Amino acid sequence: MKAWGGLKQSGILGLNQRNAAYTLVYNQRRLYPLVDDKLKTKALALQAGLSVPELYGVIDSEYQIRHKLHDLLAIHPEAVIKPSKGSGGKGILVLTGRFRERYRKNNGIIMEKEEVGYHVSNILSGMYSLGGQPDRAMIEYRVQFDPVFEGVSYMGVPDIRIIVFLGVPVMSMVRLPTRESNGKANLHQGAVGAGIDLAGGVTVAAVWKNTAVEEHPDTGASIKGLTIPRWPELLKLAAGCYELTGLGYLGVDIVLDQSKGPLILELNARPGLSIQIANRQGLLPRLDAVKKQAHDLHSLAERVAFAVKTFKTAAACNPNN
Amino acid sequence: MKRKHLFILAMVLTLAGLGCFYYKVRQLKLPLQPKVQTMLWTLEAEVAFKAQKAPIKIELFIPKNNPNIAITNESFISREFGLNTETEGGNRKAVWSKRQAKGKIHLYYRGVFRLTGVERTLEAPFDRRDKTELRKPDFSGTRLEASTALIAELFDKSADMESFVIALLKRLNQSDESAATLFLLDKMKTTEDKADLIVRLLSLADIQARAVHGIRLVQDLKFARSDLKHWVEVFDNGKWHPFNPETAEKGIPADYLVWWRGGEPLLKFKGLKDCKVAFSLARNEEETQFIVSDRNPKGMPFLYRFSLFSLPLQTQSVYRILMLIPIGALLVVLLRNVIGIRTLGTFMPVLIALALRETQLPVGLMLFIVLVGLGLGVRRYLEQLKLLVVPRLAAVLTMVILMMAAFSVVTHLLGLEQGLSVALFPMVILTMAIERMSILWEETGPGDALRQGLGTLIVATFIYLVMAVPILAHLVFVFPELNLVLLAAILLLGRYSGYRLTEFIRFKVFNTKEKSS
Repeated sequence: MKAWGGLKQSGILGLNQRNAAYTLVYNQRRLYPLVDDKLKTKALALQAGLSVPELYGVIDSEYQIRHKLHDLLAIHPEAVIKPSKGSGGKGILVLTGRFRERYRKNNGIIMEKEEVGYHVSNILSGMYSLGGQPDRAMIEYRVQFDPVFEGVSYMGVPDIRIIVFLGVPVMSMVRLPTRESNGKANLHQGAVGAGIDLAGGVTVAAVWKNTAVEEHPDTGASIKGLTIPRWPELLKLAAGCYELTGLGYLGVDIVLDQSKGPLILELNARPGLSIQIANRQGLLPRLDAVKKQAHDLHSLAERVAFAVKTFKTAAACNPNN
Repeated sequence: MKRKHLFILAMVLTLAGLGCFYYKVRQLKLPLQPKVQTMLWTLEAEVAFKAQKAPIKIELFIPKNNPNIAITNESFISREFGLNTETEGGNRKAVWSKRQAKGKIHLYYRGVFRLTGVERTLEAPFDRRDKTELRKPDFSGTRLEASTALIAELFDKSADMESFVIALLKRLNQSDESAATLFLLDKMKTTEDKADLIVRLLSLADIQARAVHGIRLVQDLKFARSDLKHWVEVFDNGKWHPFNPETAEKGIPADYLVWWRGGEPLLKFKGLKDCKVAFSLARNEEETQFIVSDRNPKGMPFLYRFSLFSLPLQTQSVYRILMLIPIGALLVVLLRNVIGIRTLGTFMPVLIALALRETQLPVGLMLFIVLVGLGLGVRRYLEQLKLLVVPRLAAVLTMVILMMAAFSVVTHLLGLEQGLSVALFPMVILTMAIERMSILWEETGPGDALRQGLGTLIVATFIYLVMAVPILAHLVFVFPELNLVLLAAILLLGRYSGYRLTEFIRFKVFNTKEKSS
């Protein structure tokens, strides 16, 4: 019962409550395809003038694997191949270049041409998609992450997750890949999650495999106190995804490219709960605050301003961090 | 608003389920315990004879449905004889006939009977059709005189039919009695003869009566014709009243199987020199599962007829299993949404639990681990061949089935019969599990894959253990409406938005913080 009290007091949002009180209520089923299919999200974002990683091409049939795939990769040797309807980072292949007739993966391993083709074929047959439905493979720009993350990521690209509730950013974190996570930015696979103060864009606390950490496990560089560049821009980008999709409870994944700035990587209608651990903060008080004010917030600027004002000090001043 | 709606719905479902359940328990007296009245008795009659040249006709009385004892199954082994069952004077009889036969021949009747637990009413209902002819007294000379005197004396000493009959039976059972009684009894060796004598004496007093022949379903036994128990039924006031000729008590025990009534012999034959009949009675524990499948539910209330018992036995046994699935589903909801255990596939644990019922727990768990392990190996090997997904799944499925076949053959040769039940494993789902597990393995490492595999096994084992509780299986089958109550529970759990138990581990940082401050 003590354990129960601790979670409740911290305002932790549990999975059941997230489903019953947030995603089921604020996210209409018919809007899900907009975010479950990354190609649709991308088209939508482009239409609205939001920046996304450039799409080089789409492979949607076995025929194209033989005829289109390698032509595309010849033009863009640095590219990311991902399933359009994949979830949880499954099925993403990052190519960093070519070696003779072969490809080089982000972990340095060389892949044969047909190995890449096989991977795309697996994507097409729905191996990584929700419910195993047939899928498309998208080939897109490989993000060159901003130098601010140079010392604190291993192999992969760090991404910034912002939870947006009714158009108001409520919590955010940056996920830093590690050797253990194999370059992936997924917390339960071993990536480091660092909470970000919504007001200033400064990292405040970090968690790795459920324990608090101060430095990156692979590089030893300090994670705390990192300032994310162009933070206000990121917040606006994230908040704008509410209008974009109409989803009330949303996880926005953004990457910071060194030349192109913040890009929307993907949207998530059922964002995970680990962000609370990374911030050492429960989501519930913040969600409640937004619920109370939602009808007074009319423009995007108002919503972002509200977030910056309301969620400003909460994490930054927590003595335990 | 939605919440209220849900509560009302759950309430209505619960009330409907429990109401129906209550009615069936109180009014229809369906058993709450699986073993209360599940005693089944197999009665076998073997007719043996040597065929002569003449055409053969054999008539054997067979029991009919009674309120207290119901026929659940009946079969005949007739060789090449024509078989007819007919009803005659309230009795049923099997008639075998053949124009020509050779050698020693055995014919069988086998009936499976169930004590229904319904009280046998003292007065057997009078059926116009089974009106037996009044047995003629058939006394002459001194016997007639003695009998008439006895009747006159007892008539004087009694007030009504019942007291008269009881006085008569008592008199006939006294050993130190007057010469008149002894004289009447001197040729009476068996109870059957005595019952017949009583019927004749009552007929002399103008009281209609008949002998009842049958057997008590008490213990396993091989018996002959002479071991049958006999009762006397006396007609009075539109009803037949049974009396025990040995004890002069009124009533027939509930476990007494009425075979036939009247004075006719059990077995009649034509065209034979001799014909023997032997009986055996056996209690059948194994079949206690298949109760309440009376062949003749006439007169039973609608709800009784409109139940799973009206289905053929084979279909019933399928529903015995299917009716357990909602319990499994509820447990899955509990274990996933309240406890938070992650499994491969939502309802796969239920299917595995069903398979475990057939294989038994240790063998089943071992099978699952071996099959999934081998499947993962095959899947890994096929991965190198770079097959497309659907053909690869099909290939894994085929391999899984071949492995199961090999496993069954090997265990059978080793004399382990449990290996045979492997075939009940949900292999298609198993294949999907193998696929999902291997993707998980590749994407997030063996830790997650093994954790989910283990979670599946734990949940399946738990569900199996719950399903194995005999009373639960019995209740959901005999009272399927209880599933409405389960449904209500599932619906309510559908709105459970509290923490999952595993989230206390996941978010344990917040608890340690709480303690330190």
